[in-house]
Amino acid sequence: MIKMKQVVKKYTTGKVEFTALKGIDLHIRKGELSAVMGPSGSGKSTLMNIIGCLDVPSSGAYTLEGRDVGQLTSNDLAEIRNKKIGFVFQAFNLLPYATAYENVEIPLLFAGAKAKQRKERVMELLSRVGLADKVANRPTEMSGGEMQRVAIARALANEPDVILADEPTGNLDSQSGGEIVKLFHELWESGKTIIIITHDSNIAGTAERIIKLKDGMIESNGTRPQ
Amino acid sequence: MIPLMTIKQFFNDLRRQKLRSALTMFGIFWGTCSIVLLFAFGQGITESQIKAQRGLGDNIAIIWPGVTSKEFRGLPTGRRIRFTEDDARLIRSKSTTLKGISPEYRGWNVNLRYKKQNTLRSVSGVWPEFTDLRNVIPAVGSRFINQRDMDEKRRVIFLGNKLAEDLFEQEEAIGESILFNGTPFTVIGVMKEKKQNSSYNGRDNRNAFIPSTTFKAMFSRRYVNVMIIQAHPTASMEATKNEVYEIMGERYKFDPSDKEAFSIWDTTKGIAFLKTFFMAFQYFLFGIGVATLITGGIGVSNIMNVVLEERTKEIGIKMALGAKKQMILLQFVLETLLITAVGGILGFVFAHALIQVFPYFELEEFIGTPRINMLGSIMVVVVLGLVGLASGYFPARRAANLQPVQALKLF
Ligand SMILES: Nc1ncnc2c1ncn2[C@@H]1O[C@H](COP(=O)(O)OP(=O)(O)OP(=O)(O)O)[C@@H](O)[C@H]1O
Ligand SMILES: [Mg+2]
Repeated sequence: MIKMKQVVKKYTTGKVEFTALKGIDLHIRKGELSAVMGPSGSGKSTLMNIIGCLDVPSSGAYTLEGRDVGQLTSNDLAEIRNKKIGFVFQAFNLLPYATAYENVEIPLLFAGAKAKQRKERVMELLSRVGLADKVANRPTEMSGGEMQRVAIARALANEPDVILADEPTGNLDSQSGGEIVKLFHELWESGKTIIIITHDSNIAGTAERIIKLKDGMIESNGTRPQ
Repeated sequence: MIPLMTIKQFFNDLRRQKLRSALTMFGIFWGTCSIVLLFAFGQGITESQIKAQRGLGDNIAIIWPGVTSKEFRGLPTGRRIRFTEDDARLIRSKSTTLKGISPEYRGWNVNLRYKKQNTLRSVSGVWPEFTDLRNVIPAVGSRFINQRDMDEKRRVIFLGNKLAEDLFEQEEAIGESILFNGTPFTVIGVMKEKKQNSSYNGRDNRNAFIPSTTFKAMFSRRYVNVMIIQAHPTASMEATKNEVYEIMGERYKFDPSDKEAFSIWDTTKGIAFLKTFFMAFQYFLFGIGVATLITGGIGVSNIMNVVLEERTKEIGIKMALGAKKQMILLQFVLETLLITAVGGILGFVFAHALIQVFPYFELEEFIGTPRINMLGSIMVVVVLGLVGLASGYFPARRAANLQPVQALKLF
């Protein structure tokens, strides 16, 4: 499903060039639940953004479901972000003025879903994450855990095959963090491919495999805790 | 397909970002309103002044008798030059550039009486053409002096509208008889109200006019007080004046270059000055308008920039969720267009409403009727819209051209 060959990502800040990913080879199969771990600055988010088509590699090849992402137009990438991938951020990234309902509706709008269909889907998703009673709340009127659940509902809107979560529990207390992790497990059981970045080894322990990054390189790949 | 969903998104956003939209809209509203008003009043003042100036007559000059200042064929200086009605006829027959001419005899302190109302006024003896020369137009249901009045030396009188009010108050004047130094005269006409801001003999609305033949018979005058000449629209007043000097110089034997033999007040010079002045006035207003536009534009673009950070993040989020570049840009264009259109139309309507209630302030006499300049108003809205578009669209395009993660992290 996800294949990377010698993926390099370089950042230039002013005159200084920094290589955040130094040649990543990675293969993730459909339906896997992977955890990405590694020290701060090791390139976890950078990798995740490339997987999620939010950014492009400086060099190397990335194929998603057999398509070479490097060859795709910006509209193709938008389509992939809309339908194939659901991204959950540490900072939630909800639209601040929009209600929970409106936030979840956005990907459906971009997908061109009809009004009735959108309404049903949004309500279904919000009940699924346990927020049926918060549809009209804005981000400022919700707890961190609730905001992250809205973000997950939003990520699921167009039934993507892949869910990417960059430290989804990083801003949450352990109880709401636990609930979020439970949600990801349910999604995994329903057949989704899931990648979670985390610093929490308890969370990583529940994954099928742990990918460890260090200094922009994969330190250990696919350790299956059996 | 794309537009449809974008429109829903667009209205969601617009509704959410009320303050931002309202501020931008207000900027456009304010700019449009003030500039429309500025130009409307400027136009009104200009028109009213030009109209008032025209109250004296279009393209006319007034000729007074004078005294020669140059020797001519052995004749001394200091000879008095005066005109008769025959001179007016002579000028009319000889001049090639003249459109109209009328002599004007004048009697001051003529006693006019109707029933108990009694007043001392200036009365002029004139030709029928006087009505066109001096824009002394009869009101509805009345007429000016005609050729039969002249030929038969009729005792008929034409009254200025203020004078008619003074004598007749609310009563109908036409056809009534009034006493002119004790002699009965029939009122044939009353002047239609007009604006007049310059004169050589007081305001026409306070004076009275009778046929020159009647006047001459009553007062046994030989010389006229003034002559009014009107140049043909295609000719210049300068040419007509020179012709008059030539014709009169030949008749009374003075040097045609002796400009003191008689004096001419060329009113077209005043109009020319007035036109230049108001042209400058319009440029001045235009300058203020441009300054207002720039200020308004800066305001609009500031509002757009204040929200740039917020917007960039928003664009990043939307792109991460699958928005295509065109959708994001379309949304910005739609937003600017709608805000501009609403702000512009509101500004225009508000300015219009202000102008509608304007006459109640009773200032109209001084500054005229404000007139809205359609083209100018549309241009104002377009310019402000373009400024808004530029300041909203270009940053949006820059953000939309980034990778989603860059837009998310930009601030
Ligand atoms: N836009 C950028 N410009 C320059 N350098 C960047 C940029 N984004 C990330 N980096 C650098 O790349 C390296 C990897 O960053 P990344 O965000 O992937 O780390 P991370 O593993 O997610 O760390 P954390 O656990 O703290 O989130 C860091 O050293 C960071 O400074
Ligand atoms: Mg990170």
